[in-house]
Amino acid sequence: MSATVAETFGLSRTFGAKTAVDKVDLTIQKGTVYGLLGPNGSGKTTAMRMLTGLLRPSGGHAVVLGTRLPGNPEPLKRRIGYMTQGFTHYRDLTVTENLHFVADIHDFSRSEKRQRINELLEIYDLDAQANMLAGAMSGGQRQRLALAATVLHGPELLFLDEPTSAVDPETRRNFWEQLFDLVEAGTTIIVSTHLMDEAERCHRIAILDHGQKRADGTPHDLMEQVAGRVFEVSGTNLRPISRTLANGADILSVSQIGARLRVLVSKTAENPQAAVEVALRGISDTISQPTRPNLEDVFVLATRNPVR
Amino acid sequence: MISLRHILAIVRKELLQLRRDRLTFGMIVMIPLIQLVLFGYAINTEVRHIPAAVVDQSNTGVSRALIQMVEATQVVRFEQRYITIEEAERAIVRADVRAALIIPADVSQRLVRNPAISGRFSPGGQDPTARPVAQWIADGSDTLVAGAIRSLRGMPLGELFREATNTPVPTFEVSLFYNPEQRTVVNIVPGLVGIILTMTMIMFTAAAIVRETERGNIEMLITTPIRPVELMIGKIIPFVGIGLIQVFIILGLGWALFSVTIAGSVWTLLVVTLLFILASLSLGLVISTFAKNQLQAMQMTVFILLPSILLSGFMFPYEGMPEGAQAIADLLPVTHFMRIIRGVVLRDAGIGDIVPDAVWLLGFSLLGLAVASLRFKKRLD
Ligand SMILES: Nc1ncnc2c1ncn2[C@@H]1O[C@H](COP(=O)(O)OP(=O)(O)O)[C@@H](O)[C@H]1O
Ligand SMILES: [Mg+2]
Repeated sequence: MSATVAETFGLSRTFGAKTAVDKVDLTIQKGTVYGLLGPNGSGKTTAMRMLTGLLRPSGGHAVVLGTRLPGNPEPLKRRIGYMTQGFTHYRDLTVTENLHFVADIHDFSRSEKRQRINELLEIYDLDAQANMLAGAMSGGQRQRLALAATVLHGPELLFLDEPTSAVDPETRRNFWEQLFDLVEAGTTIIVSTHLMDEAERCHRIAILDHGQKRADGTPHDLMEQVAGRVFEVSGTNLRPISRTLANGADILSVSQIGARLRVLVSKTAENPQAAVEVALRGISDTISQPTRPNLEDVFVLATRNPVR
Repeated sequence: MISLRHILAIVRKELLQLRRDRLTFGMIVMIPLIQLVLFGYAINTEVRHIPAAVVDQSNTGVSRALIQMVEATQVVRFEQRYITIEEAERAIVRADVRAALIIPADVSQRLVRNPAISGRFSPGGQDPTARPVAQWIADGSDTLVAGAIRSLRGMPLGELFREATNTPVPTFEVSLFYNPEQRTVVNIVPGLVGIILTMTMIMFTAAAIVRETERGNIEMLITTPIRPVELMIGKIIPFVGIGLIQVFIILGLGWALFSVTIAGSVWTLLVVTLLFILASLSLGLVISTFAKNQLQAMQMTVFILLPSILLSGFMFPYEGMPEGAQAIADLLPVTHFMRIIRGVVLRDAGIGDIVPDAVWLLGFSLLGLAVASLRFKKRLD
């Protein structure tokens, strides 16, 4: 659990005037699941494309499995797997045809190929769909095919770009079980997501926003860091209270969760509890109490406080 | 260096995709079929039955006989009669007719003095007062029509007097080899092989790579260890077979519908056709590395196709074109192929007769393949 498999140093990428990834430093340890958490357009895909050698960085560099990028990424392509954001295998080929194609490109011999494909069909529960066109399958089945095709050659490092955006929670849970099986076998996984529950499963995450890294660490540590700044407010007639609170000094965000308001207080507040109470002054029948932060709070706090 | 396994993987994938792509599959068969029937029946440089009018100001037995004689040549068909020349001119403007024959009132006197018959009346030489017997006005904008009308200028008139025509002894004797009946279609069918292959081969390959980009497959493909040259070779191999099928359709139908037979060796034909198919495919690959989507690929194909039809010698003889046009034509694979295939199919040309053009095609194919492979980058930027 100590060897670094991938590291970036001020990695940046611009498209014309637009900066998609802005001086990002990441360190990814072997045998972990590393999450890139960020909203749409935060630069997750661009970062992955640079790490897989598909895009040249406009600034900084990365070292992936000992290969320096920008450089020659070709030898790297036998050692990494990249599951793209959309389904980019062939929709007009069947499951086995797609897998045969990938196996051929990775120089499997005839017998190795047959054995490996049977194994994958079983692991990823695709036996019944073996002869189905990929385009005719459900999102979950397609996602399992994509994962099977991506891990077919046994990559040491796996890149998964928003792998579960298009599938239901049940499928997502099974998918993550399969990821941890891969990790157990020694694979390192870099996964991007905009879903908090998914990020929470990662060993470490980096929060990206507008191409910048806003925070990184284990989900647990990140949540600890914001402890004491998250409050739950309950009372009657929550909507006007919510509007009043939102205008309060040092109050970063207010969101209603059922019969309660979840209030985040900025890092700049000396006494967060006081900040909430000041904002609530004059409104009767309200109870405010600190609560356990979750990853969403971390995310909101990290992205609302400008880093630079 | 180049992995056969990788190439075969691409070939197999392409064939599987092709099998499920009904539209492309249909085009492979229908394009040669339809084009052959269209071109074979429609293109005819020998003009006949041009719609014409007659303005008969004489209205005598002689003038009527003259009209009948002209019609008997089958060059024109008289569809209208007008009293005045102005009416005839307006009919030409409206394109009701393409030409009009104006027979003057004094046609009989003119006939007597006409040199075509003057031998009978004044053997001493030409009558200085001789004038043409009648006048044609024709729509000269179409040179083929104009040429056909002009060919009537020296029409023999002896028959008017129920006599054998006094045709003089020709200056040259002409023997036409290879197409003695002068059927346009004999030249068209082998030429069509070149045109149809240019169209389909370039279009299919250009689209083949662009489709990977459009559907996003390229992102998956470039993350694998495949090399660009393997991808390029794998992409063109299936189309070589398709090209040969099309050649078979065109030449087979050419034989069945138009009795165009293959004079030369079938093996020579196979070799040169393969070379031309390769050249067209590699051109398609180069296009595919420039085009961003299938529409652009199609537009670039048309950009190559038009000069291929007009300059290659398919429609007009290469030798008749100005040097500039010949230089452009020489850059097109189809120009070289046009010379070869007409040689092999019509004139029984052997390998030895076609070496320069064949070598050119081979060089072009290799160059195209190299350019496409170098231009294809395994990156997204
Ligand atoms: N090829 C490109 N050309 C121009 N802009 C791009 C390109 N790829 C990404 N971008 C821009 O870069 C930003 C980050 O995009 P992306 O990396 O796809 O974000 P994410 O994957 O987090 O949604 C977006 O604003 C996007 O519009
Ligand atoms: Mg993305």
